[in-house]
Amino acid sequence: MSDVPIPVKPKSRLRIALDSDLYYTFRRSPVAMVSAAVVLLLVLSAVFAPLIAPTNPFNPASLNLMNGFTAPMTPNAFTGESFLLGTDDQGRDVFSTILYGMRISLFVGVAAVFFAMVLGITLGLISGYVGGWTETIIMRTADVQLTFPSILVAMLIFGIAKGVTPVEYRDQMAIWVLILAIGLSDWVQFARVVRGATLVEKNKEYVQAARLIGRTSGAIMLRHILPNVLSPVLVIATISLALAIIAEATLSFLGVGAPPTQPSLGTLIRIGQGFLFSGEWWILLFPAVTLLALALSVNLLGDWLRDALNPRLR
Amino acid sequence: MLAYIIQRVGQSALVLLIVGLVAFSMFRFVGDPIDNMLGQERTAEDIDRLRAQLGLDQPFVVQYYKFLEGAVQGNFGVSYRQGRPVAEILLERAPATLELAMVSGVLAILFGIALGVFTAIRRDGVLANVIMSASLLGVSLPTFLIGILLIYLFSVELGWLPSFGRGETVDLGGWSTGFLTESGLKALILPSITLGLYQMTLIMRLVRSEMLEVLRQDYIRFARARGLRDRAVNFRHALKNTMVPVITVIGLQLGAIIAFAIITETVFQWPGVGLLFINAIQFVDIPVMAAYLMLISVMFVGINLLVDILYFFIDPRLRADRSGGH
Repeated sequence: MSDVPIPVKPKSRLRIALDSDLYYTFRRSPVAMVSAAVVLLLVLSAVFAPLIAPTNPFNPASLNLMNGFTAPMTPNAFTGESFLLGTDDQGRDVFSTILYGMRISLFVGVAAVFFAMVLGITLGLISGYVGGWTETIIMRTADVQLTFPSILVAMLIFGIAKGVTPVEYRDQMAIWVLILAIGLSDWVQFARVVRGATLVEKNKEYVQAARLIGRTSGAIMLRHILPNVLSPVLVIATISLALAIIAEATLSFLGVGAPPTQPSLGTLIRIGQGFLFSGEWWILLFPAVTLLALALSVNLLGDWLRDALNPRLR
Repeated sequence: MLAYIIQRVGQSALVLLIVGLVAFSMFRFVGDPIDNMLGQERTAEDIDRLRAQLGLDQPFVVQYYKFLEGAVQGNFGVSYRQGRPVAEILLERAPATLELAMVSGVLAILFGIALGVFTAIRRDGVLANVIMSASLLGVSLPTFLIGILLIYLFSVELGWLPSFGRGETVDLGGWSTGFLTESGLKALILPSITLGLYQMTLIMRLVRSEMLEVLRQDYIRFARARGLRDRAVNFRHALKNTMVPVITVIGLQLGAIIAFAIITETVFQWPGVGLLFINAIQFVDIPVMAAYLMLISVMFVGINLLVDILYFFIDPRLRADRSGGH
């Protein structure tokens, strides 16, 4: 009985992940680990903002105008209350507004990149697989759009969408319009990469085999080609996320993004800039530093991912 | 070569026609201009009069034709917000933006190339590494934060330079210039650094990587073996051959500078075309938006075309490729 082979226990998913090359290079890169930690910390504090934030800055009942312009860590002259990062002109706790603002920034960024990704993958797969006129039209459109800086395209889409929405809904719709504008300005990258990869994949044997057994074009694109072109898409998505967060902040800073009723980090910086000369530096500094930390760490993570998934570039 | 140029010009014209259609559709279908121009207290006669005045009562095709005709002649209608011809407002604002873009472009090119060459030649030097790390930060720093940082340092803390506006300008036959007064020149410093910094880092990183690529080539080694001096090798042989991609990027970034001027102009309240555009978006001033779109498209498409044609004169290999392959 003793020479019966011991059945090999199948590896758990966690084990596979821990044994992968990706995890190995991750553990070898201090920059990647630090940025991942920063991203994780920021994302978690944004998600759990209602639990962490000492006050809800958008609940008028919790605000006390007497608390306005309290410097960080010093008790207010009238109420004696003190705030970790100070308060703004309306007595809102800066720490809380940053947490809630980061929620909006991250939501807009992630949703816009997701939208751009879905759109870009779809159009890229179709133009690569179908070819012909469809491909010409899609890729020409992409070329034309690429001529213009994406921030300009986003501004324009935002302006048009704002003109189309009725005045009373403009503030409510602003967040969704932002997602649409940034997403539409950013699909080209995805489409180009997916199209290129699809052109390579579609002549391989497994696609021919799938075609021979009679699978439909849609099924071949989604079930066979898509999984094989995803790794560059992942890299672009990460780098796009950093760009989308900056784009959102820029638009909001310019006053053509998130409204003051739903401020993102960019809106907070816009508000804070007004107090630069009167000496209330904390209203500006802390949102700016948060934005910088967020954008920089996502960016560095993207760089690392690109190098890790594509060793040729190193 | 002529066939190629004609083909490219044709493509550019097509792009401009499409952009024109987009601009016209904005005009025609986005929002109700009557709503935007007249306040709450308006009469039916007011509405009819304005509708006729703006040509909104005519059929679609007539309006499109009139729009195109007008656009070619530089007539983009009347701003909903200011009630003045858009072309007039644009002309008034253009010098501010062009002067700003020009100064930042020159700064970006000069410093970008110089620093790029420096960091490539001294690739292991301490200073070169510091510059490279700083440039990484510069790329991920949003433009508006750079502007705010500069304002904080030089206007709030040190009080050396103005934080907004153009200072005093001198009117030279319809062109208001800030180059001739002290306050005008002072006001240019911070905005042009803000605007040029990003392009400078781009040019610098590009020049550096191209230089490193070229310095590895055999003909450089051969030039050194011939006993040429470092200066001659680096500038006459190496830098000259990195210029093709660099000129492309510089050309394309020229357009980007005008576009990014929107951000800089907002930070510094610089009275240029970009600030006009942002205000137009905020107040849904469609004619101004459409005109800006047309203007900037002409510029982008023109620059792209120019860069493509310039290639022929810079790089003889492309000429050979084209005549064979295309």
